[in-house]
Parts: sequence; C-alpha cells; structure tokens
Amino acid sequence: MSSVDEAVRLRNAVVLLGSFPALAEASLVVKKGEIALISGANGAGKTTLLRLCAGLVPLARGEATVLGFDLATQRREAQAHVGLLGHANGLYIDLTAQENLQFWGAVVGASTQEIALSAKRMGLHTRLLGTTVAKMSAGQRRRTALAILIIRRASLWLLDEPHAGLDAAGRDEIDNILREATSAGATVIVASHELERAGALATRRIEVVGGAIVEHGAQ
Amino acid sequence: MTQLSTSTMSVARAIATKDLRIEWRSKVLVNQVLPFAGIVMVLFAFALDNDGILQRVAPGLVWLAVLFSSLIVVQRTFAIEAADNALDAIKVAGVSPAGVFLGKSVALVVQLLLFECVLVLLSLVLYQVHLSWGGAVLLVTVSFLANIGIAAMGALYGGLGAAAKGRETLLPLLLLPAVAPVLIAATRATESAFGVGGATLGEGWPWVALLAVFGALFGFGGTLAFGVLTEE
Repeated sequence: MSSVDEAVRLRNAVVLLGSFPALAEASLVVKKGEIALISGANGAGKTTLLRLCAGLVPLARGEATVLGFDLATQRREAQAHVGLLGHANGLYIDLTAQENLQFWGAVVGASTQEIALSAKRMGLHTRLLGTTVAKMSAGQRRRTALAILIIRRASLWLLDEPHAGLDAAGRDEIDNILREATSAGATVIVASHELERAGALATRRIEVVGGAIVEHGAQ
Repeated sequence: MTQLSTSTMSVARAIATKDLRIEWRSKVLVNQVLPFAGIVMVLFAFALDNDGILQRVAPGLVWLAVLFSSLIVVQRTFAIEAADNALDAIKVAGVSPAGVFLGKSVALVVQLLLFECVLVLLSLVLYQVHLSWGGAVLLVTVSFLANIGIAAMGALYGGLGAAAKGRETLLPLLLLPAVAPVLIAATRATESAFGVGGATLGEGWPWVALLAVFGALFGFGGTLAFGVLTEE
C-alpha cells in the first residue's frame, strides 16, 4: 500500500526484457521531494528501473506504484505526471528548438510565457531557438529536452545521465533546476555514472546490481 | 503541479501541425516520395502501353500508385517519431492516444491529397484518360473519402509497427490487406469519373457511399484501438 508521501513504491518488482529479468524482485521506496541517485554498472538495470517508473515497460510480477497510481491498472494516469529524459532527447530533429517547445506547449496547454521562461532557464537564447535541432550540439539538444521537461510540469522527473554532453555551466544549471524542482514539490530520480557530480546533488543513493536494488541510504 | 491539459482535439491539432511542418521543412515528400510515385506511373505506362489497355486500367493504376506511395508516407510519419525517440516522450506524457491517432491521420490525409492531385494529372497525360467536370467532382470526393480510410489504417498500423522489429516489412503486410476494400471501391468510382468502359457518373456514387462507410468505420475503430494497440 502506497502512502501519500511516497513518489515511488516498488515491491518485489520483476521486469522481463524477453526472457531476461532486467529487474529481479526489486523493492524500493522514494519519498516525495527526494533526489535519488541510481548508480550501477552498465546493464545492471538502471534504465529499466526508470522506464518502469515511467510506465514504458510492463511489470511481470510484483507491485509498482507511482505517485499513488498502480502501474498495473493506472499507467496512463501516472504517466501524465511523469517526465522522462532518457539517452535520447525525444526531440523532432527537423524542427527548431522553438518549434519543439511550442509543440509541447500546445500538447500540455502551457502558455507562451511559460515556454519563453523555460527556454530562458535553459539558456536557449534567440539564435539557438531558431536553430534546427539537427544542427545543434549534443549539449544544446539536452538543454532543449530539459526545457520541455520544465514545460511538462512533471511531478516525478526521471533522468538518465542528464549531465551527458553538457559543459560546466550547463551542468550547474541542471543541478540548480533539479534542486528548484524538488523545492517546488517534485521528486527526481537520476541514473548516472558520474557519482561525484550527481552524488553531490542527491539526497540519497540507490545502487542497482544485477537487477536487484541495494540501498546506500541518505547522502 | 498543474494538471496537464491533454484534450484530444488540442493534441490532434498539435500533432497534425507538427507533422505537416516537418514535411514542409524536410521536403522528403516532394523530393523523394512524389518522384517515386511518378516513376511507378511511368513504369505502368511502359509495361501496359498496348491497344488502349492503359485507358481501361488507369483508375486501378492510379490507386495502386497511391497505395504504394502511402506505405512510404506512413513509414515516414512514424520514422520522425522514432528518430530521437519522441514516441516514448509522447507516451510518457500520458498524451491522449486518440489525439495522436487523429493528428497523424489528418496529416496523412493532407499529404495523400497532394499526391493524388499530381498522380491524377499524370494519369491524364500518360494514360490519356478523359475527365469531365462532373467526373472531377466525383474524383475529388472519392479521393477525400478514400484518403480517410487509407490514412486511418495507416496511422493505426504505422503506430502498431513503430516499435516493432522489421517495421519496414511489417507495415505492407498489415496495411495492404486492410485497405484492399478502399482500393476496390476507389477504383470502381474512379472508373466512373474517367468514363472507362462506358461507366457513367451515376454508377460511381454508390461506391462513394461505401468509401464513406469505410472511412467512418476505420476512423472510429482506429480512434478507439490506437491506444490499446500501441500501449506496449
């Protein structure tokens, strides 16, 4: 049973990718307002854990609750409150950054002001906003994707290597945005190999080993 | 946190606008798919240029060219979602699947209409068929209604196959049998529009009614089924 102050509750969760158990009897509780760092070796199950929380992979066994919604029966309701930034940025590469932001603004009903504010927060200045995503650097694409996450106003942010491809200023900006998001009530789960960087940001650390979860407690 | 607005119509409008803008920007439709359709029409003309056969089979050739081209257009409309995994972003956002389906369908209808304008003009030149004003009205109606059926099935099966392995080969296997009734009805109605084999305009309108039924069924069914079929 999930309590109101829990953002994520997994109990003996099993996720199969084909016949391979990418998550094996994983149990985890992330409280609202936390910044949880997920660490682990490549293939340990970090991305699968994030995708489970985003409702993108089905639960084979066990229980999973996100923001009070049971993923087995209320996946779409949970998804409306979840933002995922994975390895890919989820952008339309033939559109400009501005057009990508406007598209998401139209989808979620964000105002022009909100769109402009999110672009400013991520350092997307006028010239960059008019640039086609295909012509952007990896870091610029990441900033645009994060600006979309701000527009989405998600309650649970799931980030897979969010600092990848960003310069020092961009990394600092992301850290600030994540801290602001949590102080505004959002919960952040970050999967990262950059333990020093992400560890300084996180309020607790969780390690995934062979699809199972090992707690390391508060930072 | 503010509740997200995911009303079906606003999502549909955003998706359709975005898809058409991407096509306008990338010019893939004009620079690659239209020439492909043109080449298919010319090859038909070379293969069947004998004793007036072309005029008799022109309606079927036009719709076959439309169907073959529509496979590329449908694949393209979901390839733009897969390029940077935007489809996952849409799923995670809890966006109305019916809105995504309707938006994709509307964008496909617009693109297919553009195709058909060019293909019909080509058929007038290459196959030397005759088109009266009454025939033109019938043909425009047929094109619009047939496109709704093709676009609805294309959006449904395109979405279904978008995350599947071998989606390039899966789509024709799924889509072509499903739109066969549309092909038959559109071809018969176009025979009347072109006056092929003594067919009159009056004989074409019952096929138009059948196309309207297909369009309504496919559109309604697709709106209901899209979310369920693309869930995983």
